[in-house]
Amino acid sequence: MSRLDTTFARLRARGARALVAYVTAGDPSLADTRRLVIEAERRGADVIELGVPFSDPIAEGPVIQRAMNRALAAGATMARVLETVATMRAEVSVPLVLLTYYNPVLAFGLKAFARTAADAGVDGAIVADLPPEEAGPLAAEAEPAGLDLIHLVAPTSTPPRVRLIARRSRGFIYVVSVTGVTGERQEIPADLAAQIRTLRLVTTKPVCVGFGISTPAQVAAIGRLADGAIVGSAIVRMIEERAGSRTLVEEVGNFIAELKAGLSEAGGGDPLQTSPAARRKA
Amino acid sequence: MSPTLPDAQGRFGRFGGRFVPETLMAPLIELERAWAAATRDRRFQRRLGALLQDYAGRPTPLYFAERLTEASGGARIYLKREDLCHTGAHKINNVLGQALLAARMKKHRVIAETGAGQHGVATATAAALLGLECDVYMGAEDVERQALNVFRMRLLGARVIPVEAGSRTLKDAINEALRDWVTNVRTTYYLLGSALGPHPYPMMVRDLHAVIGREARRQARRALRRLPDVLVACVGGGSNAIGLFHPFIGDRSVRIVGVEPGGAGIATGRHGASMTAGHVGVLHGCMSYLLQSDDGQIATAHSISAGLDYPGVGPEHAYYRDAGRFEFVSITDEEALEGFHALTRLEGIMPALESAHAVAHAMRLAKTLPKSKAIVVGLSGRGDKDVHVVARALGKPLE
Repeated sequence: MSRLDTTFARLRARGARALVAYVTAGDPSLADTRRLVIEAERRGADVIELGVPFSDPIAEGPVIQRAMNRALAAGATMARVLETVATMRAEVSVPLVLLTYYNPVLAFGLKAFARTAADAGVDGAIVADLPPEEAGPLAAEAEPAGLDLIHLVAPTSTPPRVRLIARRSRGFIYVVSVTGVTGERQEIPADLAAQIRTLRLVTTKPVCVGFGISTPAQVAAIGRLADGAIVGSAIVRMIEERAGSRTLVEEVGNFIAELKAGLSEAGGGDPLQTSPAARRKA
Repeated sequence: MSPTLPDAQGRFGRFGGRFVPETLMAPLIELERAWAAATRDRRFQRRLGALLQDYAGRPTPLYFAERLTEASGGARIYLKREDLCHTGAHKINNVLGQALLAARMKKHRVIAETGAGQHGVATATAAALLGLECDVYMGAEDVERQALNVFRMRLLGARVIPVEAGSRTLKDAINEALRDWVTNVRTTYYLLGSALGPHPYPMMVRDLHAVIGREARRQARRALRRLPDVLVACVGGGSNAIGLFHPFIGDRSVRIVGVEPGGAGIATGRHGASMTAGHVGVLHGCMSYLLQSDDGQIATAHSISAGLDYPGVGPEHAYYRDAGRFEFVSITDEEALEGFHALTRLEGIMPALESAHAVAHAMRLAKTLPKSKAIVVGLSGRGDKDVHVVARALGKPLE
């Protein structure tokens, strides 16, 4: 079992949900990223997602676009991000997942990427512009290396696509809550519950929801529907505003603790209790 | 050399494909089906044919450039006059087809990216014609250097949205158009203007521009009583070039040459020659040759012509280059300006700076070939939009 599998299994056994915290690696510096990751775990993040910057991130809203630009300007590369993970892995026990785009992975080499990432202690990878139809070559390298390739399901995904994605995704399934790019939003879409129910019909794999989740209340609401809530832009915006301040790490840590508190209040229970797929399995 | 490319996955060999966020996958599959249905629909085809003839002004002439030929001294140079199309460039061929498709798919809003502004103007034009809402993304730098086209789009009722991100050119305009499409995909049609992007765009854009090559073939048979010896067209993303080239791919006697923007010179690193200096990668939904760093970050292209200022190239061009069927050369900004002046002074035809790259290479090539040979140049657009760029290059900027 991968570290992601055991993490979600342990959370489910406790009736708890995962807080997945995203930061862009190298923003404002790789040294800060290391401190932020360690603090995020300490303050309650269950999984940490590290963005590997790309010059043309078409799935990102303005906040993460700016973060990726800052990280690139500060010299972050795939190789340096993987080195950073390798050096911090001993101090971090939660799963670490990379979020990136296909071109930096291709440029690194698919086999080299899968092996180097797994050796560094990376547990999974999300490649934002790599749908399952195009993911064969990377999956063929990731699987033997022990790297979970995580796929996304979108509100526009048709039922056959939802089944395909549920089958191919490893570690967890990333539910994109809205048609759109990453970024903070006021409301959680009304049809999200239905979207997750559709997914639960075909899979027992953990389901985490991202895009537009930014407040403790929203995290709590997601906690009632899914196995995990992914918070990105709200954390990244805080890093943007506090970069250079001595209290950066502490303030981001406080915010993560608040998000986590929302999730803990969401109440436990087996997220699959209403799942027909789980009932069939039982 | 299969004429049946792309395959079912949208691949031209290892190039092409559909590298997009999941949100766009189902809409792209829907688009592919809608396009297939439209191509089988006689009424759709009749309507498109009528618009191309009566509205866009097709067929465009194949013109023998006698004085340009004399000045070059060698092979005869013919110009395929896409500059005479309505809105001043070949772009209208693709736009009319896709705008009709958008209406057929009941999408009332179209979005587009534009570099030089020609595709944006063409899209705004078709949107006016069909009563569609139209938003055009344009790099902020291009908004500055193509002010005339920006104003034309606004007059036509389109909203022009300057993109400040990245290199502030075509690449960033495509990023922003894709982000808009991801957000509004249920109501919006993305009218992509080059032979790139995720499947089915490279195929669809090619099919809609192939009318250029089909006409040129017919016209060459009349004028020369045979096929031309060489085809020359400029390649940014490669839409006018694939349109001219595609109907000749099976004709092994016809040499096919794509001309990339050499900018300040390949050695300076300031250019847009992805075939000459690029590496295989994935950008904007397809695998092709790209200008990029060792780390896989996309490089900034440089060209005097905004329409060629793109760090990649359409996947079908990449395939036929690797297959040895298409050749690629580059022409610098300075050489393109020479081509611009030559055609203007010798023929009274002011070419777009994009097309001037093809003219410059054709003149150079003509010198090396005997008079019995014939070169067809894709004259993709007219140069009115570039007059101020040329003035600045002459050191006489317009007010």
